[in-house]
Amino acid sequence: MSTVEPILEVSGLRKVYGSGPGAVEAIGSLDFSIGRGELVCIVGPSGAGKTTFLRCVSGLLAPTSGTIALEGAPVSGPPPGMAVVLQEYGRSLYPWMTVAQNVELPLLEKRMTRARRAELVTSSLVAVGLPHAGRQYPWQLSGGMQQRVAIARAIAYEPHILVMDEPFAAVDAQTRAELEDLVRGLWQRLGVTVLFVTHDIDESVYLGERVLVLSSAPACILAEIPVDLPAARDQLTTRALPRFVELRTEVYERIQEAKHTSYSADAGGPARPADAVPAVVG
Amino acid sequence: MTTTSASLPAARERTRARGRAEPFLWGLVGVVVLAIALQVVPALGIVNPQFFPPLDRVVVAFAGELATPAFWSALLATLYGWLLGLAIATVAGVVLGVLIAGIPIVAELLNSTIEFLRPIPSVALVPLVVLLFGISMQATLVLVVYASLWQVLIQVMYGVRAVDVVATETARSYHVASWRQVTRVIWPSILPYVFVGIRLAATVALVLEITGELVIGSPGLGKQISLAQTSGAVDTMYALIWVSALLGVVVSIGSRAAERRTMFWHPSIRGEV
Amino acid sequence: MRRRTRPLRLRIVFAVAVPIAIVAAWQIVATARPSLYWPSPLMIVQSFGRTWLDGMIVQDVLPSLGRFVVGYLIAVVVGVVLGLLIGSFRRLRYAAEPVIDIFRAVPPPVIVPVVMLFVGIGDDMKIIVIAIGSVWPVLLNTVEGVRGIDEVQRSTADSYRVSPWRRYVRIALPAATPQILVGARQSLSIALIMMVISEMFAATNGIGFNIVQFQRLFALPEMWGGIVILGVIGVVANVLFTFAERRVAAWHFGMQESR
Repeated sequence: MSTVEPILEVSGLRKVYGSGPGAVEAIGSLDFSIGRGELVCIVGPSGAGKTTFLRCVSGLLAPTSGTIALEGAPVSGPPPGMAVVLQEYGRSLYPWMTVAQNVELPLLEKRMTRARRAELVTSSLVAVGLPHAGRQYPWQLSGGMQQRVAIARAIAYEPHILVMDEPFAAVDAQTRAELEDLVRGLWQRLGVTVLFVTHDIDESVYLGERVLVLSSAPACILAEIPVDLPAARDQLTTRALPRFVELRTEVYERIQEAKHTSYSADAGGPARPADAVPAVVG
Repeated sequence: MTTTSASLPAARERTRARGRAEPFLWGLVGVVVLAIALQVVPALGIVNPQFFPPLDRVVVAFAGELATPAFWSALLATLYGWLLGLAIATVAGVVLGVLIAGIPIVAELLNSTIEFLRPIPSVALVPLVVLLFGISMQATLVLVVYASLWQVLIQVMYGVRAVDVVATETARSYHVASWRQVTRVIWPSILPYVFVGIRLAATVALVLEITGELVIGSPGLGKQISLAQTSGAVDTMYALIWVSALLGVVVSIGSRAAERRTMFWHPSIRGEV
Repeated sequence: MRRRTRPLRLRIVFAVAVPIAIVAAWQIVATARPSLYWPSPLMIVQSFGRTWLDGMIVQDVLPSLGRFVVGYLIAVVVGVVLGLLIGSFRRLRYAAEPVIDIFRAVPPPVIVPVVMLFVGIGDDMKIIVIAIGSVWPVLLNTVEGVRGIDEVQRSTADSYRVSPWRRYVRIALPAATPQILVGARQSLSIALIMMVISEMFAATNGIGFNIVQFQRLFALPEMWGGIVILGVIGVVANVLFTFAERRVAAWHFGMQESR
């Protein structure tokens, strides 16, 4: 658990799709909190309900039960103060707008002068390393650059928490490495809280201060692994550290375990199917 | 209860699929609202009921028409002209389409001519056909065929161009005679396009058929509408208009269903609305 | 299938070869065996000077074009606005679709006698007829365009809490524009047809009116002249539309070309 003032608190989150005999419990019970300014990674096996979880947290999907609170206020729709970066960068940027217009769009909803908007757009494009891309169209850029634009749009919004849903899954390895460093750099410079969901174990250890491992559906937090690597990280040396290898091994083992473990209401927590008495989903 | 990861997306699909009855029910609501409006708006005088009679009067006129032999012969005349025109246009469209698009030189030469003739509105030919054929079924037929031919022709040309080059090359390397190439290789490949062309042409043919009857005066529903209008039988005029609309809807649904039935195995071609 | 691009000169030759051949053949046949119904191209061109180009441009062609443009624009605006609304609300779309299908199945020329009942035979009738006849493709394609908006684009707008007005104007409308343009092009042809029909029915001026007049007076070259003019208008309208399309949806074409 974090010792810093919490910015996002999730308690008892549960999500069931459908009803009756065909119902699927995507999330069994999620409890965790993220402190202000933390960079927390969430990993889990495929189909663990990561997407469901993210949609609940970002207010796009209503949970079946449980609460999500951002800065004390309950989340019942997309909350102000949160920016989301998705995996499908190509589809989340609007092709009829230039890069600058795309970055500016969310700002139009906030009260500020045109000058201030322009300032934010320019500074965020510079921050992601695309100072001259403003006039171009997203489809004129490479995949990695498009994702940078999506990140620029998110940080120009000056969010209190930045949520990223497997943002680098669709990018090649080299670009992914650059973008990972970009995120860490932005996080350290801007001091924004980051919730980073990924299926890439190495990435989660490289980026995070804490790694939360999700069980398979019905999902719950299987394990919480603090990452005690030095704050200054780089792709070459950090990944070669023995401690890095230990941590990633531990995460890997937990994920293997997670494939066979999920939330059991009777056990009141994660359990293997063989151990738990089957629970009835009402 | 534990569930496998595979069922999560399936469950989401189930939630969405539950709403299949929804479009139908809401569609029904829409039609009912329309019927109510058609009754109430003229009845309340919002629109002049002399020019737009309420639905009940139209329905009565419709029932009256059903009892009149003139209506039935007009309906049959319309259907006959429509089908004949559609059939001629289809055959001509397929033959011409295969010939034009199949022989590369011909396609290039005729391209400009086709692009020029296509935008000419078929109704511009009305005075000409009246001169040539008088007020007759043939005059309207020419109009129908001219307009529908384009639909079939364009689709068939797309189809021929899209024919798998490998298939034709293979056939040619085995010295398959040209004629057999057409029937065994080209024809099945262009069949879906032919059906799209027929579907599009069906609607156009019906519209032109009724237009011709209306404007030229050849026998059919259009002529009846014109008669009703000139004799001031407003109720009957609207009843006939709804009949022609219904006919159009039936043709549209029918041709779509026929296309789907025969072409269920084929990935759908780019959708036109 | 890749096409070898021929040199420009050859392409021009190919483009005009057949039309020139047709006109030449027509001229030869018409001179050898004159026919009342098929005047030679020369006669048609000569008649232009006497009639169509003489004063009819102002008296008939321009008013016709004016009505065509106004009616078409009304159809596009109404179709897009209604289409945006209907396409955005699922249940409204379900309810509206059968009704729209029914209205759209009414053969457009049939609308003319109906509208004539209400507003007589003046300019209003023609513009209304053109608008009512040509609104359907735009409307249906706008609904389709809005419906087909990428889910991810929608979620992004949701998560950034974009206001409803902005969602329509800056997201839904541009996103649907390529599909809207498909419908707008279909509507263009229908609008032209409706223009001609409305003038053939009951009018005092206009291209369609004059074509019918010439036909009644057996002034064949002049009548053909009218048909030629209609053809030219049709072609020019389509070309202009293509230009407009390229500008309005420049981003769409750019995106496709970059794929």
